[in-house]
Amino acid sequence: MASKTIKVDYLARVEGEGALDLEFTDGRVTSARLKIFEPPRFFEAFLRGRSYTELPDIVARICGICPIAYQMGSVHAAEQAFGVSVDGQLRALRRLIYCGEWISSHTLHVAMLHAPDFLGFPDAIQMARDHGDLVRNALTLKKAGNELMRVLGGREIHPVSVKAGGFHRVPTRAELAPMTETLKRARDIAVELVRWTAGLPFPNFEQDYEFVALRHRDEYPLNEGRLVSNRGINIEIADYDSEFEERHVEHSTALHSVVKQRGAYQVGPLARYALNSDRLPQHIQGLAAEAGLGPVCRNPFKSIIVRAVETAYACEEALRIIGEYEPPAAAAVAFTPREGTGFGCTEAPRGICWHRYEFEADGTIRRARIVPPTSQNQPCIESDLAAVAGGMVDRPDDEIRHRCEQAIRNYDPCISCSTHFLKLSIRRS
Amino acid sequence: MTARPRPRLAVWKFASCDGCQLSLLDCEDELLAVAGAVEIANFPEASSAISDGPYDLSLVEGSVTTAHDAERILEVRKQSKFLVTIGACATAGGIQALRNFADVGEFISAVYARPDYIKTLATSTPISAHVPVDLELRGCPIDKGQLIEVLSAILAGRKPNIAAYSVCIECKRRNTVCVMVQGTPCLGPATHAGCGAICPSFRRGCYGCFGPMETPNTAALAHEWELLGASPQEIVRSFRSFNCAAEAFRKESEAHGI
Repeated sequence: MASKTIKVDYLARVEGEGALDLEFTDGRVTSARLKIFEPPRFFEAFLRGRSYTELPDIVARICGICPIAYQMGSVHAAEQAFGVSVDGQLRALRRLIYCGEWISSHTLHVAMLHAPDFLGFPDAIQMARDHGDLVRNALTLKKAGNELMRVLGGREIHPVSVKAGGFHRVPTRAELAPMTETLKRARDIAVELVRWTAGLPFPNFEQDYEFVALRHRDEYPLNEGRLVSNRGINIEIADYDSEFEERHVEHSTALHSVVKQRGAYQVGPLARYALNSDRLPQHIQGLAAEAGLGPVCRNPFKSIIVRAVETAYACEEALRIIGEYEPPAAAAVAFTPREGTGFGCTEAPRGICWHRYEFEADGTIRRARIVPPTSQNQPCIESDLAAVAGGMVDRPDDEIRHRCEQAIRNYDPCISCSTHFLKLSIRRS
Repeated sequence: MTARPRPRLAVWKFASCDGCQLSLLDCEDELLAVAGAVEIANFPEASSAISDGPYDLSLVEGSVTTAHDAERILEVRKQSKFLVTIGACATAGGIQALRNFADVGEFISAVYARPDYIKTLATSTPISAHVPVDLELRGCPIDKGQLIEVLSAILAGRKPNIAAYSVCIECKRRNTVCVMVQGTPCLGPATHAGCGAICPSFRRGCYGCFGPMETPNTAALAHEWELLGASPQEIVRSFRSFNCAAEAFRKESEAHGI
């Protein structure tokens, strides 16, 4: 029996630190493990004893790429525990700042981290030599998302305005007005980006995933909704533990999440789209159809198209919110904290990000639990890797390595978030 | 005339949220110019083309929290002519240095079902605790204007122009009315400038994410907080956040009996 080892010691173009082990026996993949060795930082431990007022600022630091996702999950949980309802223009502004994060995070991944895989470049900067307009336009699009976060939150990384009850300060109409032209240009670029991604070369690869996402009565989900799946899950976010569990596996500092009854599931753009494409405006659905997407897409390599579609949607949605904006009378709803437990679950760019907090009567955090998107996707990534590698066992190691790295990047894994970075070794025996 | 070779840039990650290295990619207007002026030799978050050292400039993000990382930073230093730490984690240990005030074993058990799978150090320490650092850039996250200034200065062979005064000066510059005089406790008077005084412009107190300024009078500031009604717990928590292991903030947090 021939034996062989292939190694990728540090997976590039992902956020965080991880590695991959692939084992082949008799021409079959016997093990595919995504190893995460990002050093743990223990957020859930040191949040105990902190005040709810500090919560959005602290959890933002879990991830520099999606701080709004963490801030939103935490303030929604605090509001639920304290019996506070945030609606009207304050709710719309939260959706608006989240659109900024989607635009910025998705464009970073689509154009700068993922697209180079399809075209055989090591990075977006090298890609810019042959695709200069594409990269420059993508930077303009990304900048629009960042500007939106800056107007609403003071800066794009770890914005400072979000708090339980609303915001520390809300913008005037005049402050938001210049964003309209910027976002119209961004939307046009995003639409072009959808068409461009649709023309990339995709491997013929599909998996029958269990998709999990939020579903809202009438919106494409961002901040709120029920947790649903294409295999019958339909629960309140507070009932997460009835359907899902986290397992601690030896090769990872991230906890693996699974559906108790069935195992691996997928969160993120493919899941959101599969479960909510009917919630997109007609012309965005038309744009998706033009790009060759049906109502459900099971090819994870095509997640790049779905991210581009969602970016176009986020630009449109931001324009709608700005168009309808009337500054609210107060920047935040007044409330008094009370003892209780609250849950928050929002759609981070990479998928659902779930929070649970127990608070003391004065709003001090007694217990905290956070389930980030990448740790939920980790078993699904491993299953994709086994299938991808299994379909190409006779191919040269370099080709397997490249395709496996690409398969991981399909998920835009944010390993810092899940605690957690990537090293790839392939063993053949 | 032959062109001078471009300086070789490396970006390294230790325990962090990736936000400070993202700041480089967030320089949308300058990114392609920067990429033209330097050779991006090692920046795994952005590129799979990784070449060996030595490097002219290393930007280091993150703090040291594992035995492996304590070894790795020695190698990074050896490979780097000029080493700049970027952000509160690399410069002061970051929010994860809250473990320094607690029992890390208890922290592990609180988060992980199998504590035996987790290897970590009892403390989170800044890069300067392990190797000589040529320049420290503050902030959680760093300010991208300051990052571009450091890169430009190094390319031009001059000293970077990074102010060492407090956030108060930045509030005065942008005509933000002092939030302390309106009754809101603020860490601005003791905090290093650099962010542009964002929080007071959002009608909240500065929460110290750029860490202590040079020779801050934290005791006087804590006294002002008491006069505004802040409890000892609130004072401790305020000094004990993203720069909790920076000496001036650590000492002040320990002076309040908790």
